[in-house]
Amino acid sequence: MAPRTPLLAMIDTKGWIFLGVLLAVCLIVPLFNLAVPPGSPLHVPTYVVSLLGKYLCYALLALSLDLVWGYGGILSLGHGAFFGLGGYAMGMYLMRQIGPRGVYGHPVLPDFMVFLNYKELPWYWLGFDFFPFAALMVLLVPGLLGFLFGWLAFRSRVTGVYLSIITQAMTYALMLAFFRNDMGLGGNNGLTDFKDILDFNVQAQGVRVTLFVLTAVALALGYLIARFMTVSAYGKILVAIRDAEPRTRFLGYRPHHYKALAFTVSAMMAGVAGALYVPQVGIINPSEFTPTNSIEAVIWVAVGGRGTLVGAALGAVLINYAKTLLTGAMPEAWLFALGALFVLVTLFLPQGIVGTLIARLGDRKARIAARLPPEPDIPPRLLEEGRGS
Amino acid sequence: MSAALALAEASSTSPGPAGAKRLTNALLYLDDVRVTFDGYRALRGLSLTLGRGEMRAIIGPNGAGKTTMMDVITGKTRPDTGTAVFDGVHDLTTLDEATIADLGIGRKFQKPTVFESHTVADNILLALKGPRRAFPSLFGWRNRVEAERIDDILRIVGLVPHRARPAADLSHGQKQWLEIGMLLAQDPKLLLVDEPVAGMTDAETEETAKLLREIAKDHAVVVIEHDMHFVRALECRVTCLHEGAALAEGSIDAVSADPRVVEVYLGR
Ligand SMILES: Nc1ncnc2c1ncn2[C@@H]1O[C@H](COP(=O)(O)OP(=O)(O)OP(=O)(O)O)[C@@H](O)[C@H]1O
Ligand SMILES: [Mg+2]
Repeated sequence: MAPRTPLLAMIDTKGWIFLGVLLAVCLIVPLFNLAVPPGSPLHVPTYVVSLLGKYLCYALLALSLDLVWGYGGILSLGHGAFFGLGGYAMGMYLMRQIGPRGVYGHPVLPDFMVFLNYKELPWYWLGFDFFPFAALMVLLVPGLLGFLFGWLAFRSRVTGVYLSIITQAMTYALMLAFFRNDMGLGGNNGLTDFKDILDFNVQAQGVRVTLFVLTAVALALGYLIARFMTVSAYGKILVAIRDAEPRTRFLGYRPHHYKALAFTVSAMMAGVAGALYVPQVGIINPSEFTPTNSIEAVIWVAVGGRGTLVGAALGAVLINYAKTLLTGAMPEAWLFALGALFVLVTLFLPQGIVGTLIARLGDRKARIAARLPPEPDIPPRLLEEGRGS
Repeated sequence: MSAALALAEASSTSPGPAGAKRLTNALLYLDDVRVTFDGYRALRGLSLTLGRGEMRAIIGPNGAGKTTMMDVITGKTRPDTGTAVFDGVHDLTTLDEATIADLGIGRKFQKPTVFESHTVADNILLALKGPRRAFPSLFGWRNRVEAERIDDILRIVGLVPHRARPAADLSHGQKQWLEIGMLLAQDPKLLLVDEPVAGMTDAETEETAKLLREIAKDHAVVVIEHDMHFVRALECRVTCLHEGAALAEGSIDAVSADPRVVEVYLGR
């Protein structure tokens, strides 16, 4: 058997550029925040570090969505649900870290529970004071939901628009549930007023910078995992399922296994993105589950370039940067601008930014190759030589 | 050969993998299969028996139910009633497509269906016989297939120079070849080949007949085709389907001389 392609060889040019940029950002941003004095024009304020960290969380969410949509053809309009669940798991840990320092000074219960006359911690809060447990839940809760949802939907052969609609329904249902006070998760205020993470002050400059770097690392890891999956035989089968699902069955594949696996991994990645988002933004509430959030994520991927991984991350960062600029200037205009952008990209850049770039470069390579003498077209020689060899 | 005869052949009682008794020695046994689409009776009591290692050509006018028969065998369509047994023990009417493929039934579709965004070589790679479970495909054997193994198959179907091209860029005839190559890679016990020479030149048609004859040496093959020239070149038994049932069966000369067959074809 041939040796498998070495791991590093799986990263292509755009992947190296992406990882290089991430590494540069990881060095420059902390440096210009910590080492450059606040008065200097080169200083990066801490709130900007966290803002950039937020963009990277969105980039990880977009990457996870691209894995299922770009490669599996599963257009999830509910990926915000997994992001939100990961965020809540982290939020619960951060709430427990507050301890007796809440406004009501209760030794165990978070403020909102005291306010709602809770006598004791609901059972599903148990263990969340222990970071490794919370970290596990960040992966497990979205992963389990993704697996169950995916397994049931894909086994019943729900595809296309119908699948998109039920993913949307899923996040909507979660939003309604999380808005309820008796969910025991803070109702419409959500979880906030965090104090510490792993006993470090979550507001402290060093902690902010660390969270930012960790997010960049998570994004790089997410990229490597997704890239590994998509270049493997698994990824090829996933793409085959995207393009001709019935055909794969007649080869003996069970598409629902493949899709459920991608969906589960993707849900876990989205969960990690949400978990990193919460301490940097300082709050998690049910609005993270609103259907429009999930739809925005789809637009990031489409604009950046579906099925390129790197493009999804780029789209998320660019669009959210634009959103920051525009909502500062004229908040009402944002949704219109986003809608217009989506329409324009669909019409003029159907492969997205990165997809279009790749196609252009590929054309150039093909033009160069065309100048070389073509390979001779060998006619079918078939059995005589073919079978014997 | 009638269904009754096939059952009479059923002498062996060796248990199959499922522990069931062998119903028949035939590799494929269809009896009184009926399929209805929105009131249209596509198959009306189709019976057909295919021996081990046999090659069979299926002819019949458009709409006779030829493709529908393959749909029933591969689990795509569930018959309303009737029997479909593979290898004497496997009831095809209860199994799903993937299980049936695993049993060793491969199919080439009437409209060539390849994975367009994959290269020619990757199309073969995905078809290659072997475990197909999802998780192992991340790390397992399909990631370490020798290029030579794929080229061996591409050589047979004459696509080696195209190995790195996306399948979407192939001509219609080349896609037919690629799909036949995928069948070879799958190495099934029974190959179902639906109109393999549509869109091929005369020379290519001849090559295809040669290839199928070669494959038939160690596989059972069912070929649907309209091209009588091609069917003759297959040198095998012929079954003529008409209005969802077998009308005649025998050598190509006997079938094409059968007055009922002549009537069906002229009557159009
Ligand atoms: N999924 C379906 N839904 C409704 N009708 C169908 C379906 N599949 C086949 N039919 C009908 O059943 C009849 C038999 O179709 P089938 O494709 O088996 O014919 P065929 O013998 O393969 O013909 P051809 O030579 O044109 O390929 C046709 O009248 C067709 O319209
Ligand atoms: Mg047909």
